[in-house]
Amino acid sequence: MSLRVAYVGLWVHDQDEALAFYTERLGFELRSDVSLPEMGGYRWLTVGPPGQPDIAFTLNVPAPPVFDEQTAAEVRTAVAQGRMGGFILNCDDCRATYEELRGRGVEFSQEPTEVPYGIDAAFRDVSGNQIRLVQPAPAYA
Amino acid sequence: MASLPPDRHLLRAKDLIDARYREPLDVPALARAAHASPAHFIRRFRRAFGETPHQYLLTRRLERAAALLRTTDHTVTRICLEVGLTSVGSFTSSFKRAYGVTPTAYRAAHPPAARRAPVPTCVVMAWTRPQGRAASEKPRRAGAASVVGDR
Repeated sequence: MSLRVAYVGLWVHDQDEALAFYTERLGFELRSDVSLPEMGGYRWLTVGPPGQPDIAFTLNVPAPPVFDEQTAAEVRTAVAQGRMGGFILNCDDCRATYEELRGRGVEFSQEPTEVPYGIDAAFRDVSGNQIRLVQPAPAYA
Repeated sequence: MASLPPDRHLLRAKDLIDARYREPLDVPALARAAHASPAHFIRRFRRAFGETPHQYLLTRRLERAAALLRTTDHTVTRICLEVGLTSVGSFTSSFKRAYGVTPTAYRAAHPPAARRAPVPTCVVMAWTRPQGRAASEKPRRAGAASVVGDR
């Protein structure tokens, strides 16, 4: 058996806004942006990190018909409260990447900090999802 | 672009507490981060996260103090100051109210740092923060209705 992670779903507040964040600020690649009329105009929007072509994030808006309006509003609120998890990005140089991303307007919630497993920093995407930026210590790389 | 739910601004204030708990933060500074007046900010923060910004700040400091007790040999006084609290007496009583034991007893009850699993700090911060009334800075007055003040 061979299993590989290909897509991971992220809830975002607004797809255009999320796309601009992930491509212009974070430097991710746009992988696909397709509207599907047979699915009521559902927009299959995926982005991924450069250098990792086989993994992508789908940027989804919580909305009907998958959610009723009330649940959609609750999910949007939970995302905005930072309660919906996030993901971790590894990098070679946390401090340099922090400076570069900050220069592009990324809003950090934690500056690069020495931790037992390396150096890490944290920021949020434009919807509120937490993203951690980790430079792993050699033992954890 | 759709407008963000209001909680996104409150989250900035919560992130600010997590990042700057060592500093003399106060509610007006946090309210500015959330673009709100202090009174409005306290209400909205409490509605979003179930506790006041002051409670969140205090429990974050206690959580970080507990982590330092487990992972360093710093004195209780030094840890108190390191997490942004100024009175060792009220630190000790707040800690005891939150964790049920004094800082010294808490340290003694935990294994040496070398034997602990390497769990990321963000996970520790999210899972070991004391919750609820235990986080009150002052003992509750008999018959007091509210959970804790906001100053």
